[in-house]
Amino acid sequence: MQFAILNYVMPHNFADRRPENDPDGPAWGAYTKALLDAGVMVGGAALSPSHTATTVRIADGRRELHDGPYAETKEQLGGFYLIDVPDLDTALAWAARNPAASSGAVEVRPLMKT
Amino acid sequence: MKQATASMAAELVARLSYGKLLAMLAVRSRDIAAAEDALSEALLRAISEWERAGVPTNPEAWLVQVARRIDADRWRRTVSAARGAERWLLLEDERMSEPARDVPDDRLRLMLVCAHPAIEPEIHTPLMLQVVLGIDARRIASAFLVAPSTMGQRLSRAKARIAEAGLPFELTDRSALAERIDAVLAAIYAAYTLGWDLAFIDADRSADLVDEAIWLVRLIGELAPDHSDARALLALVLFAEARRSARRDSETGAFVPLYEQDPTRWNQNVLAEAESALRHAGRLGAKGRFGFEAAIQAVHAARRSSGATDWVAIEHLYRGLLLVSPTIGAHIGHAVALAETGDVGSALERLDALPYGRSSMHQPYWVARAHLLNLNGDRGSAREAITKAIGLTEAPAIRRFLVQRRERFADN
Repeated sequence: MQFAILNYVMPHNFADRRPENDPDGPAWGAYTKALLDAGVMVGGAALSPSHTATTVRIADGRRELHDGPYAETKEQLGGFYLIDVPDLDTALAWAARNPAASSGAVEVRPLMKT
Repeated sequence: MKQATASMAAELVARLSYGKLLAMLAVRSRDIAAAEDALSEALLRAISEWERAGVPTNPEAWLVQVARRIDADRWRRTVSAARGAERWLLLEDERMSEPARDVPDDRLRLMLVCAHPAIEPEIHTPLMLQVVLGIDARRIASAFLVAPSTMGQRLSRAKARIAEAGLPFELTDRSALAERIDAVLAAIYAAYTLGWDLAFIDADRSADLVDEAIWLVRLIGELAPDHSDARALLALVLFAEARRSARRDSETGAFVPLYEQDPTRWNQNVLAEAESALRHAGRLGAKGRFGFEAAIQAVHAARRSSGATDWVAIEHLYRGLLLVSPTIGAHIGHAVALAETGDVGSALERLDALPYGRSSMHQPYWVARAHLLNLNGDRGSAREAITKAIGLTEAPAIRRFLVQRRERFADN
């Protein structure tokens, strides 16, 4: 089963993604390596800080753009992993090791079967 | 004010006697889920009833009587009037004349059912935590790192299985008791190790689980005083409990590994009780895994008077442990002890010999491997191994500890 692991991080954990700004910095590389070594990683990406986002919306026949992320939350989507594991229990075990779990939150979602 | 007293009284009974009351109900009806429903309904009624008429002199007896009536009423509604009445009469009969039984305490019977071979072993501990201690499924799910809805389903399925399969709440002879207690002890041990592992992830839940494991193992000790493994398990959990606060730096809260702990911060009273339980287990002839594990802990604890750790003794004890219980943890502990006695080469060979499938995702394996490689002077490989350990670590305090350790490997 494939799952997306969405990393929600605090803004201060991810400002400019410099290790000195992120107490979890050294842990991210180690976590990604562990996923790769386990042979479960399918894909993923780290995102730039949410202030770099541009949001596009077409509503009531009007095109609206604004600077910044779609959802203004305290935790921001900092990146994601796609993994292939036997079941939800295994996906949760990986999510718990994700550095964002202890500083922000991690959301685990099954991918739709195509 | 009166209402506060009534609800406080109900809450107090629920907290202190939940397992006992549920056991009394379930042992008779053999339906744990129905007994839980009846008991929570009785607790709700207690709040309004006790507010009106005052708290009864024996609140537990009141709750059991009301819960039995609720259970019988429900049964009557769902099945048929005749069978419900029959069951109610049966229950009343049982209440009036308590038959002599082999196993004296209803809670032990309930624990034995929770750890029945027909129930999947993975659910033994969650089931026991819920039905004997009344912990809710959400909290159990968090502790076991399982989705709350999944944990709820697994618990309900197990209870349905107990009811449908008619798992016996009676034990016909003592030898069956001895056999089944092992499964109960394994479930308690699982609760305790989980509590230990959670110490740096969720300190409150960790303390709760460890306390609950200690409580359950003490209860087994009372119910089966001559069971050597139960004594040994009590010793083991108490040795660990004595070191609980010393695992954290008192100022920074950082993780402190066993070999760097200040023995004066260990709880001396708890250690004395652990040592006494271990001696008792030894007199009873404990030769199982808990005996060896507790003895290893006793050698570590002896550092508080001798000032040094007797690694030769620990290495011997791990060899004994491997004979009765060759878990990956025992293999790792043995390799570390062997390295501490000076034989780092053999220790690394032993780690290499472990099947990759068992070790590759096991965080303690990579911590131990990094330590041994560093002792062997191979800092590059030690760094790689510790990076792997960092990637597999869940607790932030331990992750920080390992990141610092990795920097130390680089500096040298």
